[in-house]
Amino acid sequence: MLQIKNLHARVGEADILKGIDLEVRAGEIHAVMGPNGSGKSTLAQILAGHQDFEITEGSVVYEGKDLLDMAPEERAREGIFMAFQYPVEIPGVNSAYFLRTGLNEIRKHRGEEEMDAMDFLGLIREKLELVEMDESFLKRSVNEGFSGGEKKRHEVLQLAVLEPRLAILDETDSGLDIDALRIVAHGVKTLHSTEKSIVVVTHYQRLLDYIVPDYVHILLQGRIVKSGDRELAIELEEKGYDWIKKEQADARVEA
Amino acid sequence: MAKITHKDKRDWYLARFARFEQQLNGASASALHQVRRNAIEFFAESGFPTSRDEDWKHTNLAALTRIDFHPLLDGDPAATSAADINPFTFADLECTRLVFLNGLFAPHLSTSASLPPGVQVTSLARALEETPEKVEPHLGRYLPYQQQGFAALNTAFLKDGAFVYIPPNTELEVPIHLLFVSRAGEQPSASFPRNLIVVEASARASLIETYAGFQDQIYLTNAATEAVIGANATLEHCKIQRESDAAFHVAALHFNEARDSRLTANNISLGGRLTRNDITTLLDGEAVESTLNGLYLMNREQHVDNHTLIEHARPNCASHELYKGILADRSTGVFRGKIHVHQDAQKTNAYQSNQNLLLSDKADITSKPQLEIYADDVKCSHGSTTGQLDQDAVFYLRARGLGKWDAINVLTRAFAGELLERIGNETVRHQLEQLVGGKLEAADHYGERA
Repeated sequence: MLQIKNLHARVGEADILKGIDLEVRAGEIHAVMGPNGSGKSTLAQILAGHQDFEITEGSVVYEGKDLLDMAPEERAREGIFMAFQYPVEIPGVNSAYFLRTGLNEIRKHRGEEEMDAMDFLGLIREKLELVEMDESFLKRSVNEGFSGGEKKRHEVLQLAVLEPRLAILDETDSGLDIDALRIVAHGVKTLHSTEKSIVVVTHYQRLLDYIVPDYVHILLQGRIVKSGDRELAIELEEKGYDWIKKEQADARVEA
Repeated sequence: MAKITHKDKRDWYLARFARFEQQLNGASASALHQVRRNAIEFFAESGFPTSRDEDWKHTNLAALTRIDFHPLLDGDPAATSAADINPFTFADLECTRLVFLNGLFAPHLSTSASLPPGVQVTSLARALEETPEKVEPHLGRYLPYQQQGFAALNTAFLKDGAFVYIPPNTELEVPIHLLFVSRAGEQPSASFPRNLIVVEASARASLIETYAGFQDQIYLTNAATEAVIGANATLEHCKIQRESDAAFHVAALHFNEARDSRLTANNISLGGRLTRNDITTLLDGEAVESTLNGLYLMNREQHVDNHTLIEHARPNCASHELYKGILADRSTGVFRGKIHVHQDAQKTNAYQSNQNLLLSDKADITSKPQLEIYADDVKCSHGSTTGQLDQDAVFYLRARGLGKWDAINVLTRAFAGELLERIGNETVRHQLEQLVGGKLEAADHYGERA
């Protein structure tokens, strides 16, 4: 589904990604973990099409197409969804309009009929239940005045409505209390299937208790320095990122 | 060629005035005509404002003063049909509608809902003949026609416009729509609509003024409205400027508010090559509440200049002002909002905000909020912001499947929407949302779409 090869990226003069290799097959769940500043959010944003980053080397292929050549909206229509670490407030645009407009763009792209307000209401009610959100959210401006937890649940609501093939969760678990985390995790898990893949970008291991990854990758200073299964995440939780940093430093000394 | 042609067109308008006087015949002996003469005398001396006038520093009138505009004071309104003006009306709005063509009343296009006893919604020319005792105490009393060239010219050519009178304790259920349509002939034309609105004590009315014209036509609208709001009365006023993009529109609005009255003055500018609004409200009694809302949306080479002046003359009054501007392409704008708190106006509460959205690097806004406070126990604040669209918001929408221009459009309409949602009448609001949406689509930058 997704092949990332030797990806290098920079912002201004700063090199952020220094050669990422990652392959995600249909149905797999990958966790990308790393300390602050390791480049994990940059990787998520590049996949979604954020244009602040300059790709200096490497390639990303999604479903056989050159992803880096696609506009953000094309990626969304082709089934890529990124849950934002910091969802943007949009005053004056209500959530229902926002969700329905996005959904209809994607449906149009798939050759499906656009959904009218009535049909959409039926769909959204079901999805709201999934993330335990009230219908009154639909009338509010997108993310405006939402609490941190509400913003994250609203991201998962979008994920549920848009039904992407590849979902990238950019620190969706950060700042959530345990109840909100459980709701978010449940929402995400419900949407996972043998055709649908998930990349979980996270600082903490906690979310992985609910969304169990097939692979765990540790990102450090723009490189994946270690890959493994769920056990790696648990080990990381116990020993902390300093363990990996030290291991890397030792490896460099030996070399 | 470089010399100032005919003293900035003064002679041209003086000659038009002489011709106008001849047509008046006997009426030229009236008291009103003396007012006209005073006005033209001031204009003869001062002419049009120039960039040396502080208030006109950022609005260049060179294009306006190069053109010979012909006042159409004896036009034939019958040549225009209901179908011609249909796009400018409100299809689903029950209202009393007066239509003016080039400033002159067109009875065949006007309609009247049933009005409570004593209410007058008629042409100013008729009211001057039929009920001068209601008109004369107010007409020309508020507009400073001996201080400013355009107000002088409007007063000199004063012939027709709307007269609205709401008697005390009368509530008007349906709005009044005053529609001013310009239709230039073979030559550029000028019209000078003059309106007088009198809302007596404890009365209530809602009034919409629309100024409209036909595509690409070149003309000048020089309009003026004086509105007198009695004690404890309520007026909701909405001015919609949707002139031809080649037109010049200069308008003055003067509100005079007595104690305990409430005013909402909405001012929407969409059309015109050059637009200038001078809006003044005098809070001339205690416990007055004034709300001024403005929205201007310009594209291509359009220029808009809004000057507002809020005169807090008495204690315990409140004013709220929000003006929002969207400038696309190479358009330019000016906002100058002055709040003047007189020494006597203790416990004044005044809030003013001007927010601008620039959709292109070549668009430009000059924003000058101004507080002048002579009382010591007041709460006043003002602010001005100018920025571009939030690129994070654009990316967020695109990441959910919206195309770049759709994302820009959604965000820009939302910016305008915050102002439009303050307009009480749903039909009016809906029409404005449509006009704003259509206009955004028409901006040159959408050419990049292809």
